[in-house]
Amino acid sequence: MWWSIPLIAIIGLTFYGCPSQQNLSSSGDAAQKVYVAPGEHDEFYGMFSGGYSGQMPVYGLPSGRHLYTIPVFSQAPVNGYGYNEETKPMLMTSHGYIPWDDAHHPEGSQTDGELDGRWVFINANNTPRIARIDLTNFQTAEIIEIPNSAGNHASSFVTVNTEYVSAATRFSIPMDENLENMDVPISSYADNFKGTISFIKVGDEGEMSVDFQILVPGFNYDLSHAGKGPSEDWAFFTSYNSEQAHTLLERNASRNDKDFIAAINWRKAADLVAEGAGEDIPGEHYRNYMDHSEQRAKSELIETVRVLDPSEHPGIIYYLPTPKSPHGVDVDPTGRYIVAGGKLSSVLPVHSFEKIQQAIENEDYEGEIDGIPVLNYESIVQAEVENAGIGTLHTEFDGNGYAYTTAFISSEIVKWSLETFEVVDRIDTYYSPGHLMIPGGDTRNPDGKYLVALNKITKDRYLPTGPELFHSAQLIDISGDKMELLLDFPTDGEPHYAQGIRADLVIENQIKFYELEENNHPDVTKTEGDARVERDGNDVHVYITSIRSHFTPDNIEGVKVGDTVYFHLTNIEQDWDVPHGFAVMGAQTAELLVMPGETRTLVWNPKKVGVFPFYCTDFCSALHQEMQGYVRVSPEDSDVEISYRTGTQSE
Amino acid sequence: MKTKEKIIMAVAALLLGLVFTVPIWTIDMDAPQYPEGIGMKISINKIEGKNKNDLQNINGLNHYIGMQEINPGSIPELKIMPWIFLFLIVSGVGIALWGNRTALLIWIILFVLFAIAGLVDFYLWSYDYGHNLSDDAAIKVPGMTYQPPLIGTKQLLNITASSWPGVGFYISLVSMGLASYAFWTSKQSS
Repeated sequence: MWWSIPLIAIIGLTFYGCPSQQNLSSSGDAAQKVYVAPGEHDEFYGMFSGGYSGQMPVYGLPSGRHLYTIPVFSQAPVNGYGYNEETKPMLMTSHGYIPWDDAHHPEGSQTDGELDGRWVFINANNTPRIARIDLTNFQTAEIIEIPNSAGNHASSFVTVNTEYVSAATRFSIPMDENLENMDVPISSYADNFKGTISFIKVGDEGEMSVDFQILVPGFNYDLSHAGKGPSEDWAFFTSYNSEQAHTLLERNASRNDKDFIAAINWRKAADLVAEGAGEDIPGEHYRNYMDHSEQRAKSELIETVRVLDPSEHPGIIYYLPTPKSPHGVDVDPTGRYIVAGGKLSSVLPVHSFEKIQQAIENEDYEGEIDGIPVLNYESIVQAEVENAGIGTLHTEFDGNGYAYTTAFISSEIVKWSLETFEVVDRIDTYYSPGHLMIPGGDTRNPDGKYLVALNKITKDRYLPTGPELFHSAQLIDISGDKMELLLDFPTDGEPHYAQGIRADLVIENQIKFYELEENNHPDVTKTEGDARVERDGNDVHVYITSIRSHFTPDNIEGVKVGDTVYFHLTNIEQDWDVPHGFAVMGAQTAELLVMPGETRTLVWNPKKVGVFPFYCTDFCSALHQEMQGYVRVSPEDSDVEISYRTGTQSE
Repeated sequence: MKTKEKIIMAVAALLLGLVFTVPIWTIDMDAPQYPEGIGMKISINKIEGKNKNDLQNINGLNHYIGMQEINPGSIPELKIMPWIFLFLIVSGVGIALWGNRTALLIWIILFVLFAIAGLVDFYLWSYDYGHNLSDDAAIKVPGMTYQPPLIGTKQLLNITASSWPGVGFYISLVSMGLASYAFWTSKQSS
């Protein structure tokens, strides 16, 4: 539509609502609803994506307390993740070590279509990967790279029993017959550029493997959700840029009246693959995982990947025409309706799974693209929700027959009925929501109590912090007929999607510390008696322990300029919440923060002669300030022998 | 002693077998940093933490005030006490079979003496740990000692220490009571 661009430009610059118009219940009521008394716990864990922080901040809901930030795709100097030798392999890719990524969509593992509290998956958009977070220790347990992909945005959504996690190409790229990236003119997009949609299998212990990839036309695959109930064998992926533009997409990819949702029968595709269908092609990618016994990450290179060409396997993928560059695709709790956020559309289209099945049966197609049948829009659409706001992006559900959709441009959340497909309520947000989250709101069984709006623009909501602001989130009570704003809180990074998980599903599996006797790290030091320093050529290995309030050894001599010193620090505490840190002057890396029973390694290349202090960086005890040591560094040609000690004070 | 009294006496003696399985005394420590609690369970043959690593953590805390490490392996009482109880069980069962009142009385008196000796020993043990502190201690509070109460609750710096009999102690009391009852009724019937 010709008027879309000016309309968006005008409305995009206008922010709806100001604090005086807020639909806030009397502030006393609201305060009471989010008040979690000191020492009390929140009802839900909110696992938020960190966006460009690459991490996963964790908030308590309804209080909005920031509980922790899980390091995932980015180095975390706060604890040495991605800096120390044990966690560096987690960030290994076929491009080498990568210290940062853009984390978008957390999705909790499900059993029978409900959150089960075992893991949370999250995707890296920039260098395509999926991470699995272990909720027993809130640490990244595994990261798998997605080969033959670019811009892994339609990820990491799970099927009803976590059989698969999804991945897809937001940015199509030129691919040869082996799906290798090609050195071709960008203007050859229409001829050479392709996309892939990947299904990553999840094992019983959570281990991930790329089971198969489906080769698809070179559009931008944007978001995804698996079906449930009647549609549980299917997964849905929105796409835009069916125009196949490769420059100035804001204009050139907004021309078509309709783009597509790819409906994929993943069960059928998986069965075909199990029977040997598809082709194994070279597709080098890394799988990095935490070896729990050795307490360190390991990388393995996987050489090939199985690819299905849909033109050879009819019935695994269909295109559902959907208005105007759809963004989110969300399946209601019954699995009957597929809601697309038509971000440039004036209506919110809702497809019917039953009608889709009928159209497939009747071969009610309006065309075909690269062997993929395009169903007839009129035959599959259940309803078009009118007046659902401008710039509709994402929808979640309360389990009581209502859907809630974010409207970015009109900066509001719109509540509508899944029976009448009419809007019943709306509430302003501050400002411009992207995703929204209802705990369990994309599962078979939502907890329809709270809704969190994850806004993209903050402006005047909090005390100003210069040009760069945290994003704002609003907690909204959805338990009544009218939505009520309860709480406004800033969030770290740029939260995209989030998951709300009932706390009781997670609490009982918490690990408080690691058992020292189960630590099989090759460089572990289990007792102070085993602490030692060994020279191996120019490498010096310091096997060092920490316990309140000293290191063993804490006086080390015999290190020389030009050596590479490995401090293998084992925290031999066996108690909850007694980490010890480690930092040495001049180390060109982050500190170590070592949990009880854990071993972590810091590499130090001393460049100057002298005596250099090291110390515990975590205020561990009353005598924390005394928790220090010295390393003497002698000239390269010195003949000072390695020696070490603790507690022998010269008089 | 009639059959009934003999049976009661046998039960009294055999009941002591349970003492091998439960703590005879407990020391709980309550501190701001330990909302989940920390403590020790003292049995006749071992000292354990209430939670898996409590003993290690208590020793870790105690090293700041220069207290000796509590090392169950080097406490002779834990080796002697099982034999005392074994003796009480075997001799008690023997007396039940024999039916001799005088022997029963001696058994009861011995038991009571053992119990008193045990409590005295426990007091001396805790006195030694609480007073015999290393000169190298990091935290030295003039005049402060760290003996936990024999029974009851006491504030020791940031820690509220509570010392109470454990299930094993009560079992011993019941055993003692049953033996005394057997002695008493056999007296009346004779």
